[in-house]
Amino acid sequence: MSVAAHAGHAPGGVQAELLRWSPSLRIGMALLALIVAAGVFAPWLTPYDPLRQDYGAALLPPGAAHWFGTDSLGRDIFTRALFAIRTDLVIGFWTTYLPMLVGVLLGAWAGLKRGLFDAVLMRVIDTALAFPFLVLIIVILAILGPGTQNIYIAVFLVGWTMYARLARAEMLVEAGKDYVLAARTLGYPAWRILLRHALPNIVNSSIVFSMSDFVLNILLVSGLSFLGLGVPPPVPEWGAMVAEGKDFMQQAWWISTLPGFMIVLTGVALALVGDGLTHRLGDRHVTGH
Amino acid sequence: MSPATEGAPPLLQVRDLEVAFRVRGGEVLASRGVSLEVRAGETLGLVGESGSGKSVLCRAVLRLLPQPAAQVRVGQVLFDGADLLALPERRMRQVRGTDIAMVFQNPMTSLSPVWPIGDQLTEGLRVHRGLSRAAAREQGIALMRATGIPEPERRYDDHPWQWSGGMLQRAVIAMAMACKPRLLLADEPTTALDVTIQEQILALLADLQEASGMAMVLVSHDIGVVAETCDRIAVMYAGTVVETGPAAAVLGNPRHPYTLGLLRSSPGVDRAGRRLDPIPGQPPDLADPAPGCPFAERCALASAQCRENPVRLEDRAPGHASACLFPERMS
Amino acid sequence: MWVLRFVASRLLQAVPVLLGVTLVAFLAIHLVPGDPVRIMLQGRASDAAVAEIHARLGMDKPLLVQYARFVGNALTGDLGTSIIQRAPVAAIVWERLVPSVFLLAYATLLSVLMAVPLAVWAAARRQRLADHLIRLSGTVAFAMPSFWIGLILILGFGLTLKWFPIAGFGKGFGGHVHHLFLPALTIALFLAPLLIQSLRAAMLDAMTAEHVEVARAKGLSESRVLFKYVLRAAAIPVITILAVNIGWLISGSVVVESVFSVAGLGMLLVHAVSTRDYPVIQGLTVVFALLVLGVNLLADLAHALIDRRVRP
Repeated sequence: MSVAAHAGHAPGGVQAELLRWSPSLRIGMALLALIVAAGVFAPWLTPYDPLRQDYGAALLPPGAAHWFGTDSLGRDIFTRALFAIRTDLVIGFWTTYLPMLVGVLLGAWAGLKRGLFDAVLMRVIDTALAFPFLVLIIVILAILGPGTQNIYIAVFLVGWTMYARLARAEMLVEAGKDYVLAARTLGYPAWRILLRHALPNIVNSSIVFSMSDFVLNILLVSGLSFLGLGVPPPVPEWGAMVAEGKDFMQQAWWISTLPGFMIVLTGVALALVGDGLTHRLGDRHVTGH
Repeated sequence: MSPATEGAPPLLQVRDLEVAFRVRGGEVLASRGVSLEVRAGETLGLVGESGSGKSVLCRAVLRLLPQPAAQVRVGQVLFDGADLLALPERRMRQVRGTDIAMVFQNPMTSLSPVWPIGDQLTEGLRVHRGLSRAAAREQGIALMRATGIPEPERRYDDHPWQWSGGMLQRAVIAMAMACKPRLLLADEPTTALDVTIQEQILALLADLQEASGMAMVLVSHDIGVVAETCDRIAVMYAGTVVETGPAAAVLGNPRHPYTLGLLRSSPGVDRAGRRLDPIPGQPPDLADPAPGCPFAERCALASAQCRENPVRLEDRAPGHASACLFPERMS
Repeated sequence: MWVLRFVASRLLQAVPVLLGVTLVAFLAIHLVPGDPVRIMLQGRASDAAVAEIHARLGMDKPLLVQYARFVGNALTGDLGTSIIQRAPVAAIVWERLVPSVFLLAYATLLSVLMAVPLAVWAAARRQRLADHLIRLSGTVAFAMPSFWIGLILILGFGLTLKWFPIAGFGKGFGGHVHHLFLPALTIALFLAPLLIQSLRAAMLDAMTAEHVEVARAKGLSESRVLFKYVLRAAAIPVITILAVNIGWLISGSVVVESVFSVAGLGMLLVHAVSTRDYPVIQGLTVVFALLVLGVNLLADLAHALIDRRVRP
């Protein structure tokens, strides 16, 4: 560790950079790459169709032909679990990073400019945070109706607030520092100070938070689908798959349990990456040039 | 220094103590072969810039260095002839507070904010001496009175945030004195306080020492503070003792250029009318120590010889030693 | 006496948020595309019946008047009427409140019981095997969806071992404790990792405080230092963490109530959404927010009890 950390300062290219990755970052990245690859190449990895029903092959236990067994409609669970990577990971990604983009910009702007905009924004954020996250999203879905598109809207409407609050708090600290004051005395416009000087310094905490937010959003989307408020059937989705097996727990445990493992695996991969990033980004501060 | 203890074996004897801290990308030698002695009943002043290893030394004596970051490599810490470094943790706990006590730099953070002052002050009495709460309270109030805290009965149950820094330091000193230690380590006990309060606290420590006959190590970065109260002085630089001897000899006839530098840069010592000369340069990087004298880079007297080999502490006069190749060139 | 002043000042500070909360609840019915009454009645009612319900709910009045009435009614404890269940929303919600609060308190207790010893252990053995294992299992537990843990607990402890019932609220305190054990454990398994992580960090932070070193210098045993000085100082961040995560805790309970068929607020919400019972959704929106704000107030109070400095 100590030797590698020192060697990393010398220009050593990709290899030196990889050496500086902590074990958790390395394992997490490898796991994540594997999951993404499995999602991308799903049609070539399995001979089955994720949607085709085959009542002759219903409720088969895990075996050589069906690694994860089949569900009550005779669909291959392994195939559906692979295709569900596309559903869950994609929804999880966008429901994390679109709100982050908007939230960080709004929060940083509020922290830099203060005034009425800041006051109004803070009231909105306080109100949103007064609700349990899931309850607010369910209420929004009750207004909009269920469906994949409305999940994006609902999570977006709630999700940006956390990032805005985080970025605002960081910006308040940053705004008092000399380099921001210097930029101000030089008469730079506020957006330039924000984007070029302050943003590189305040975005780290949001990036670190986004990794666990990513996990929570996957849990959220699968939870909504489990409750029947999310991704509509027959689209393969992990939470919905767990829900489908709920009534067969005793005779066919595999329907619910095995798709759940995929959620855990993905979540652990993301959490490990987040852990690794915390150590890498946490100690360092970028100077605003 | 009382003549009665002159020939007796020292109460505390530190021999060749080496302490290393593991840090990102290597290690730092915070203490490299420190040796010093404290005799029963005397006051030793330990001076040096911040980072010279004074606090590390105190913590090493009490074995309070952060684990596993700090490692005591070699050396001995003999207290009353027994090596503290070799004691089992249980025995060491009994030494802390009863035989050796410590007063820390910042009184505002030395007490937990959530417990009453009296409770923390008398905790040692209850733990080590097995006193009941009522008996401990009685003694605690007496201790508070002895350290000059007014209205101790009423203030016993106060919380630390209700008190001023000076008053808190009195409480911390009372806490250290609770079990009548034979050695008190005072680590910059006045640094965090106002100048007027500093004098009072130093006077209090001197009074308590005289009354109890305990030995004391007074750590300070300010040679003026040490000059007033100490029998002997040890000067530390970059993790080593560079000069040690009777206070009068070290202050009046320094035998190491660093001691001389400290004296010239301190307004506290009696040198009215003289210009203050700061020591040029920076302390060396402890992560990458040079083989020779650590002060060589900042020293006007240094020659090539100084940079090649370690310079040993050697006697210049009875009881007065310095680690310099040219002690006679001090003007 | 400070308690009353403390609570009063906090309530005053909460007024803008409460206005925002009622606004969101109010809009929950008015932002629905189309006519919410027709959606609720699913096209089975005549135009006259729809108009009659509109009038009864006051939906023929201007929006601002409706909002004022909504807030005014809510202040007197009237949360409207469910057309579908033909009952006052307040009564429906009240009936469901007890199981939910019981479950939340139970889950919090379980997670604290799990988290405190593990966090103390991890902090005391930091950067050693126990610490790494505890952190790793925390990462895994954090990634486990609660509905999935719930089903696995049902399969293991309910259906296979038959130690615990897998549904319902049970009768009497003992019955509640027995019936809600698995649901509470499910929530606790999701909450405990968060607690462990922050408690461990808070303890490591507290361990480096100077007063802890002073305590060690007094010759106190490591366990006394840990429990009297470190844990006490770390308790404040933990209470804050619990309060901050109350939203997540309730979110988790919504899902878990559905898994274990506990007739609480969460199950009511999911049911109300699927039957498009808008007045109940409205009422629940307010009640859930009040729960969150109430817990935060309690946490602030507890903080003031432990650390006298924050008292007014």
